[in-house]
Amino acid sequence: MTGARTVDPIEAVFREEHGRLLATLVRQFKDLDLAEDVAADAMEAALTRWPVDGVPTTPLAWLITTARRKAVDRLRRDSAFASRLAILHIEANELAPAPRDPETGDIPDERLRLFFACCHPALSLDAQVALTLRCLGGLSTAEVARAFLVGEITMQQRIVRAKRKIRSARIPFRVPGRQELAVRLPAVLRTLYVIFTEGYAASDGADLVRVDLSEEAIRLARIAHHLLPGEPEVTGALALFLLVDARRAGRVDDSGELVPLEEQDRTRWDADRIAEGRHLTAAALQAPSPGPYAVQAAIAAVHAEADQVATTDWAQIVALYDVLSAMAPSPVVTVNRAVAVAMRDTPEAGLAVLDSLDPTELAALRGYHRLPAARADLLRRMGRNDDAASVYRDALDLVGNDRERRFLLRRLAEVVGVDAMNLGVDGRHL
Amino acid sequence: MNYMLLIIGKQDAQPLPEGGPSLMEQFMAYHQSVMDAGVMVDSNVLDSFETATSVQVSSSGERIVTDGPFAETAEYLGGYYLLDLPDLDAAIDWAARCPGARAWRVEIRPIQFMPGS
Repeated sequence: MTGARTVDPIEAVFREEHGRLLATLVRQFKDLDLAEDVAADAMEAALTRWPVDGVPTTPLAWLITTARRKAVDRLRRDSAFASRLAILHIEANELAPAPRDPETGDIPDERLRLFFACCHPALSLDAQVALTLRCLGGLSTAEVARAFLVGEITMQQRIVRAKRKIRSARIPFRVPGRQELAVRLPAVLRTLYVIFTEGYAASDGADLVRVDLSEEAIRLARIAHHLLPGEPEVTGALALFLLVDARRAGRVDDSGELVPLEEQDRTRWDADRIAEGRHLTAAALQAPSPGPYAVQAAIAAVHAEADQVATTDWAQIVALYDVLSAMAPSPVVTVNRAVAVAMRDTPEAGLAVLDSLDPTELAALRGYHRLPAARADLLRRMGRNDDAASVYRDALDLVGNDRERRFLLRRLAEVVGVDAMNLGVDGRHL
Repeated sequence: MNYMLLIIGKQDAQPLPEGGPSLMEQFMAYHQSVMDAGVMVDSNVLDSFETATSVQVSSSGERIVTDGPFAETAEYLGGYYLLDLPDLDAAIDWAARCPGARAWRVEIRPIQFMPGS
């Protein structure tokens, strides 16, 4: 146990600082591969040193210094990189922050600047987002893969391909000028959306929410909104984050367990965030052609207006999902729409929507635990307990987050009529 | 670093649409600005795709010579600029300035680094 206690704080530091470490190194080296390699070297060094010397007071500074030293070592070993070594020496000795481009100095945040730099239009939108999340957003490849509903190996290959193009075509890592921001905005917003979602509903790990991630996404969306107040999708994304995040305190009980929407104490929802989110939603919807973020914000606003699930305007929510489906078709939207249809009409009607998913869509959702979770919930409400139990088990096979797993286990125990304590971790011990 | 800017035309579109001479003038001005910037490595305009001949050599060494660029191709290569530029952003800028990007499409291909070259 002592060993575990020494390692845990170090891992916590890694998790918190990895994104910032990489961002700093990428900015200095202008080379993602080198930055990632030496960041890994520095963390490896920390794993040997910190348990002995203790975690330094400024762990990030320690990691950056160590990584720089490792970079110099690496480049020295490889004569082909001799020219870059010269650059590195200059930059490593330069204590002042990177020179501010007068054109772009108005992105008042280092991280957001780097997000815009990483989202280069010569890469596909998915590649831009995946690379930015992995290298600058502090998400693991597995987390990025889950966000894109693909396997980890597929995502790894995509990232490798994107890096290869960056290297071969020499795509510069450069903060774009103001006139280029709009072109890169969709990828930057998608990046923030994935970071927010991973923070609000962690796909993996012990905790349901990772406040550091959701707060960071809100902070960056706020900066982007101030920077580009006339971009309705930025307004919409910020509104969406605020309205969804407002429910955070109601979504987790005192012991950290998940509370489903219908059981949440809505007095615990953050009224300030709801007010701000609703105001921004209204602004985003006034645009000549509101985008998918504005529509999702509108859905969240309808939820926020009701004092309970029973008084929620589900007809309005279904209508908004119809708009969203037409605008940005996605099988994930269909799953959410099915849940709303079930609330507006009957669980049977919701099930019919899920049954309308075609084989291609089902294949895309293969690893998405929320599909079987939604189906099982509808079957449970229809009283089809045996069917529900079997589908809850499918969801349990896919779910990554421990709290969500426990919630699904509680539901499974309910439908099979046993105490949750008697179920194995995968619910298959019966 | 060298980038090939491939000027890609469409077979079903006229290579020189209405106002052809003015497009020619645009190309001459573009050519001049490439020269003035000192980034030119090479440039050529290819003759019409109707003059193309394709050659393949089979595994048994047999020459297969066919008329035309490629069966059923919708696009054809009309010309190219080979430019020496610092990075892809510079190549994108030069491609965007090329009149071919307005009339058709310009594809940027980095020249692969050859060890020992």
